[in-house]
Amino acid sequence: MFELAGLSGILPAVFALLFAPLLLGLINRTKAVVGGRCGPPMLQPYHDLRKLLGKGAVYSRTTSWVFRAGPIVTLAATVAAALLVPLGPWGAPFHFAGDLVLFAYLLGLARFFTVAAALDAGSSFEGMGGSREVFFATLAEPPLLLGLVAVAKASVGNANWFDLTGMHQHVSGALWQDAGLVLLFVAVALFLVLLAECSRIPVDDPNTHLELTMIHEVMVLDHSGPDFAFILYGAALKLWLLSALIVSVVVPRMSQPWLDLAVSLGSVLALAVVVGVVESSMARLRLVRVPQLLVGAGVLAVLALVLEAHT
Amino acid sequence: MPSSISEFILVVVMLTNLALLGMSRIRTSIRTVAIQGMMLGLLPLFISGHGLTLPLLVIAVGSFALKGIVFPWWLMRTLQAANAQREVSPVVGPSASTALGALLIVFSFWLGSRFELPPTVPLVSRLALPVAVALLLSGLFVIVTRRQALMQVLGYLVLENGVFVFGLALAHQEPLLVEMGILLDVFVAVFVMGIAVFHIAREFDHIDVEKLSELRD
Repeated sequence: MFELAGLSGILPAVFALLFAPLLLGLINRTKAVVGGRCGPPMLQPYHDLRKLLGKGAVYSRTTSWVFRAGPIVTLAATVAAALLVPLGPWGAPFHFAGDLVLFAYLLGLARFFTVAAALDAGSSFEGMGGSREVFFATLAEPPLLLGLVAVAKASVGNANWFDLTGMHQHVSGALWQDAGLVLLFVAVALFLVLLAECSRIPVDDPNTHLELTMIHEVMVLDHSGPDFAFILYGAALKLWLLSALIVSVVVPRMSQPWLDLAVSLGSVLALAVVVGVVESSMARLRLVRVPQLLVGAGVLAVLALVLEAHT
Repeated sequence: MPSSISEFILVVVMLTNLALLGMSRIRTSIRTVAIQGMMLGLLPLFISGHGLTLPLLVIAVGSFALKGIVFPWWLMRTLQAANAQREVSPVVGPSASTALGALLIVFSFWLGSRFELPPTVPLVSRLALPVAVALLLSGLFVIVTRRQALMQVLGYLVLENGVFVFGLALAHQEPLLVEMGILLDVFVAVFVMGIAVFHIAREFDHIDVEKLSELRD
């Protein structure tokens, strides 16, 4: 049941592709403001991307095609995932029963190639980062899928299971009254998943370089030039997609399309501000505590599912 | 809407329960159990569909004071004397405990749906029985897997909270059962104190005997 809903159907993906780096800028600006600094301009990530795209890439002689394929496949998979997330008044460009599983595993494919490229570089340091990334991703998967299943069950019952756009269309104020706790738990669980998946602070610090505790940054150390631009852009896109995902399954729909769009975009941006505030207000967790955080998210998702199944 | 408030309370109780399973610092754990006790103290105020009756009020005030204030205060005092700040090496680690806690909750929801109650007893809330079973099981779990005596005491308190919710779920119409619940409360409280003193004495006697003497007053 593939379905391309006209030209306006691709707008969610267009928004994602255009405005994803803006989220990074917004997070950095929030952190700067909370820390009492001016901070870089909001559009700095775009300038960074342009600068990196203009540079040449350096490849180590020990690397193979996997290293070169890594950033490209990662970006391609993330862009493909962007076609599955609805936004505001529009459904996703493609939606069908089970698309949320495809969404989760497109991100998984992206991660696999990032890790494979990191391992291909042959540095033990990058292997360590890859190992951590995969471990935490394993723990982040249950809350993501279980949380979405809980919302699917709450919003559309048994019909149209696992259809992100279908779920999105049924999230309303009435649903919040019926199953508010379920949605709240899912929102918190998915937010924790976002922090882990996008390597934000309680899990990983995006600003540290050459530190023994980094996860995502350490894997991409050997990439340069356009490759690194792809990686940066892919990370920004992933942040946008997960934010939009949370917003689409949690924020109730409005009656007017324009209001709906404004609320959705506003919520995505607000989520970035919340991430910025979280990053400024807490320290990174010790690595041994991170699994506990993610298990906590998983437990919340299970609780949401159980509460929903019990009603 | 009394039922939705009581459901909210029950869900918060379940969350505190899961939080307790993931904790290792004893002080925070005591606070968590205190919050759980206060929530349970509020519960009787919201379960009655038709007004507040005197027995319910008595239960509410009694359990709020005992579980929310007296027990935590007493345990905090004990903690200061005990010279043990955290659960260092539990038999099952914090992450695994939390995950198992989620499994226990799933199991108790399943069990709660299998209970065959006489149709004359209306349930307070459809969440009450599962939450009661979950509290019972995870209280037991804490007792079995924690090595610090105080954490075990907290396990007993959680277990007793489960008994309390169970009684309350059925005590809707039955004042006698309510009375029994209070009696059980007091009994378990005494029981808990006894076990606490016993465990602490056994755990710490060869470490610092001086500090144990402070437990007496």
